Amino acid sequence: METLKAKKKDKKKSTAIRITGAEAIIHCLLAEGVDLIYGYPGGAIMPVYDELYKFQDKLTHILTRHEQGATHAAQGYARVSGKVGVAMATSGPGATNLVTGIADAQIDSTPMVCITGQVARHLLGSDAFQETDIVGISTPVTKWNYQITRAEEIPEIMAKAFYIAKSGRPGPVLVDITKNAQFDELDFVYEKCTGVRSYKPAPEPDLSAIEKAAELINTAKKPYIVFGQGVILGEAEEQLKALVEKAGIPAAWTILGLSAMDTDHPLNVGMVGMHGNYGPNVLTNECDVLIAIGMRFDDRVTGNLETYAKQAKVIHFEIDPAEVNKNVKVDVAVLGNAKQTLDLLLPLVNENEHKEWLAEFEKKHKIEFDTLIEKDIYPTKPGLTMGEVIEQINVASGHKAVVVTDVGQHQMIACRYAKFKQTKSNITSGGLGTMGFALPAAIGAKMGAMDREVVAIIGDGGYQMTIQELGVIFQHNLPVKIVVLNNDHLGMVRQWQELFFDRRYASTVMTNPDFVKIAEGYHIKSRRVVERSELKDAVEEMMASKDPYFLEVRVEKEDNVFPMVPTGASISDIRLK
Amino acid sequence: MEKQWFTISAYSENHIGLLNRISGIFLKRHINIESLNVSKSEIDGVSKFTIVIFSTEDWAIKIVNQIEKQVEVIKAYYHTDDETIYQESALFKVASHLLFDERQIQNIIKEHHSQIVTVSREFFVLAKTGRRHEIDEMHEALEPYGIMQFVRTGRIAVSKDAMPITNILAEFQNK
Repeated sequence: METLKAKKKDKKKSTAIRITGAEAIIHCLLAEGVDLIYGYPGGAIMPVYDELYKFQDKLTHILTRHEQGATHAAQGYARVSGKVGVAMATSGPGATNLVTGIADAQIDSTPMVCITGQVARHLLGSDAFQETDIVGISTPVTKWNYQITRAEEIPEIMAKAFYIAKSGRPGPVLVDITKNAQFDELDFVYEKCTGVRSYKPAPEPDLSAIEKAAELINTAKKPYIVFGQGVILGEAEEQLKALVEKAGIPAAWTILGLSAMDTDHPLNVGMVGMHGNYGPNVLTNECDVLIAIGMRFDDRVTGNLETYAKQAKVIHFEIDPAEVNKNVKVDVAVLGNAKQTLDLLLPLVNENEHKEWLAEFEKKHKIEFDTLIEKDIYPTKPGLTMGEVIEQINVASGHKAVVVTDVGQHQMIACRYAKFKQTKSNITSGGLGTMGFALPAAIGAKMGAMDREVVAIIGDGGYQMTIQELGVIFQHNLPVKIVVLNNDHLGMVRQWQELFFDRRYASTVMTNPDFVKIAEGYHIKSRRVVERSELKDAVEEMMASKDPYFLEVRVEKEDNVFPMVPTGASISDIRLK
Repeated sequence: MEKQWFTISAYSENHIGLLNRISGIFLKRHINIESLNVSKSEIDGVSKFTIVIFSTEDWAIKIVNQIEKQVEVIKAYYHTDDETIYQESALFKVASHLLFDERQIQNIIKEHHSQIVTVSREFFVLAKTGRRHEIDEMHEALEPYGIMQFVRTGRIAVSKDAMPITNILAEFQNK
């Protein structure tokens, strides 16, 4: 493969090899360091699958049981490894089934390349069998997309796709390839993309903005950091820790920022947002300088913008200029990659500590602990809580596991209580809130970090949206640990119905199948926990298993997640019960 | 913040699908495009979108940021009417007999500085270039006599300040 890489243009003729478009796609993937892709074959992508068969010693293809699973698996893989995830599907329904995962990757900035087959060029626009305008459909949810209709376009477009997906603020790219372009031959030479003239991945750091930020931080009495996934994507975890420690600033995280900093770090004060911690929410409205790092002031984080951090000077470290002043007006915008900008900031920041200010967080934490955390994770009344399951997993995993969550109550509880020592360990669908994300994402996460324990925590609703991916876990004997927290309800929607719709439980009660039997059908070791007395042993057994393991925990049917900032309310009005 | 007219100018690569991507930015935010024009620009191979919206400045900024974020957009700007020189063009198709039956028609042509593009037995075509209100005035003047067809282009505009696209492209070349 080396001979194909990075040849100068003038040598093109001499080093080119004559191959089909389909084979060229494989060479492009190999040249980009891809050794694993997720997908599902079908008519319009068959020439590429034929090549995958020939190259299976170099490139592993995992057949998910639905194309949506392929995207989430690619996302899970990308999120734990930092590499670009690749998903492949055929035209028409294959392509449209990718859309949810693409939208999820777009809103959560996950680097992913999706390759779809398309009907032959001469059939485009004729409503041919399995023809759909996937470029048109995916435009609003991709960072970039392109339809290849000639084999010669393949190397340049594939190189560009990987470059765009990974650089700057990452995101999904879709490349649609007509069948004729797969069959036709081209003179293949691969050159990695190093730049696109109309695209600036990251702004150059502006020193004057960094100086202004340092000045605000140095004079602040109650500085407060809220960090997001930008820290992880920018690989700025060390810089964040150094800043927090040097300036003695309490730091909270968004759910996508979770695991960028050790959850047990004394200056890690917890989670912001709708179901975040009490102190981190309320004290956002009491800090004097708010330092947002790699986060985008999502509405689930800010609550009512009219009452969000109005008293504070706001500094925003951000790679995407379009995020600055989008939701929250900032006083200082520090554009650029977080690692670079924080590195420049660090020498300008004075050593400091803010003991009284930090004590405020501790005080609030005590209130939250006494009111609800204790009951969540060390309950004494009958009925298992989601919180105690997470706590048990923490104990058994030693805070070292990758935790993959779906969407809903279990997700909020897991994000609130899961403990992490290592970055890139919390994989969840944040922005899009895609139910069905966790099981396939856990497959990708495991394959992206084979040396790590991967625990998927899923609700009974979301589990049934992509339950067929158990087939992948079984077929490849992937030692993923699956925990379904079963309350026989769509718990989060039910909670809202209870609180805001006078307990009218419209379509949120579920009659569930025997999940243990289903897992057994896939020959996955499984166990059901109904009593608290069984929990510790079951979790330990699961974590000790060298094989995939399914654990169903029957939790309280009508528990609610608190604290909670009701939609449209101020974060100061967070409800503890 | 008060709403006003803004002209958004975006310099881009000339690629299929980019129009869809850009119009989607407006669609997603439920903002109406009042006028749209895509043409070549002063730079070889670079297209220019000229988009008019009636909106607040806050939204104009956000939209420009979103447009500029698109991979194939080189740079986007927004300007108020005072900051640009802008025009539109229109064609009026009118029945030929009116030229002879209605003396006023000839005065309208002269007063509005419009040009006769073509004349045939059945109809003649008038062209008018100017600000939108000037075209509207001519439309109003002709309407009582009957307009067979009318069409107007989107706004085209140049900014009074420089839009230094050449520098951006040169910077990329020199990297």
